[in-house]
Amino acid sequence: MMGHLTEELPGKLIAVEGLDGSGKSTQIYLLKRWLEMRGLKVYFTEWNSSLVVKKATSKGKKRQLLTPTTFSLIHCTDFADRYERQILPLLKAGYLVLCDRYIYTAFARDAVRGCSRPWLRRLYGFARHPDLTFFFDTAPETAYGRIVSGRPQLKYHEAGMDLGLSSDPYESFRLFQRRIYDEYLAMKDEFSFVTMDGTVTIEAQQERVRAVVSAAYDLPSFRWRTLR
Amino acid sequence: MRFYGEPMPGVNPDELVGKLIVVEGADGSGRSTQMDLLRDFLEHRGHAILNVGLRRSTLVSEELAEAKRGNVLGEITRSLFYATDFADQLENRIVPALKAGFIVLADRYIYTLMARDIVRGADPAWVRSLYGIALVPHLVIYLRVSPGQLVERNFRKNATLDYWESGMDLGLSRDIFDSFIRYQRLIQKQFSLMQHEYGFHIVNGNRSVRSVAGEIFSRVEATLEMRHEF
Repeated sequence: MMGHLTEELPGKLIAVEGLDGSGKSTQIYLLKRWLEMRGLKVYFTEWNSSLVVKKATSKGKKRQLLTPTTFSLIHCTDFADRYERQILPLLKAGYLVLCDRYIYTAFARDAVRGCSRPWLRRLYGFARHPDLTFFFDTAPETAYGRIVSGRPQLKYHEAGMDLGLSSDPYESFRLFQRRIYDEYLAMKDEFSFVTMDGTVTIEAQQERVRAVVSAAYDLPSFRWRTLR
Repeated sequence: MRFYGEPMPGVNPDELVGKLIVVEGADGSGRSTQMDLLRDFLEHRGHAILNVGLRRSTLVSEELAEAKRGNVLGEITRSLFYATDFADQLENRIVPALKAGFIVLADRYIYTLMARDIVRGADPAWVRSLYGIALVPHLVIYLRVSPGQLVERNFRKNATLDYWESGMDLGLSRDIFDSFIRYQRLIQKQFSLMQHEYGFHIVNGNRSVRSVAGEIFSRVEATLEMRHEF
């Protein structure tokens, strides 16, 4: 099961990581549009989106049944479902697979919730590391401002209320984000993240993302072979 | 008490004053009968009992039942589903009962889950790490019954063999009888491999209900008396 993690596959796995409000989703959306418009085989997948697991996750969250361990395991189950049924087969089929958040999200969030870091790494040990990971380095205060403005309410787990950092959801969210940010910083060299300066304009960031992707891969080789 | 791996966040093992007793064995090994007898035996002596089993948690039980009906889950995903369910029961049922001084009787535990995963090709080191979240029980009884006897008992009870207990998803054989025998042998082999590491007490289940129960009771009694060793 673990034997082929470093084997070269025809497809490429590109992930974006960063805080909520760091601008990563905007950037990966723009990257996806650009690749699609070039006629390339692209697949996009988001964290926490498997249909099989969705019900259990929302049930657990609603009833606040989740502990750090079950929270971690249920997100890992969600990831595994998408990994086994989509990400890995699509990589074998020569796709550019774009992931909005990948295993590093779990490493950061679950560690902040108190799960053991070595256990988390072994838990996700079945998954390949991305060929390219962009880390959107936006100051926690900036990211916080983007999420909180025009949002009437923060969700319980989103705000990290289960950590008991503060009884005020906004204050809790701020403290939670700060800790996650520190986890990302501690990981970025180990996992060779491409760090993106979140203070520059959307256009400038996208230009750099496209330049990095173009330089890393021979993009025309990802064109559809069959006519549609 | 202690955990096999790193302690679970939010659980203090020193507060767990109860006892955890596990009975493992295939369907048809007499497990349920023995669990019932053991419960009577312990309640008669004034112990408070909580029964737990696999796949009884509220968090993902519906999803698991659904996934069993069709083959919609990948191997790793299914392993993780079961692990999630186990963790949920451990934290929401087993730990609170142990804190309150109950004897928790577990109708199967991580060993069955691990054996099933490994037989299906999961990496043994990954599975062991995954279930490092489990508490080390005070006693694990493994009811070993030969595959031939298991078939006989399953037929007597249901007149049919269960698809999953026959390991039909592995494609060992298209014939369910043949598949059952081969699958149960594979599972037993995993239990033998785990026995040394996890210290099972093996009980020969190819005997009468009464003599098996006698052996289990005396084992349990010995465990409960060794109070200071834990």
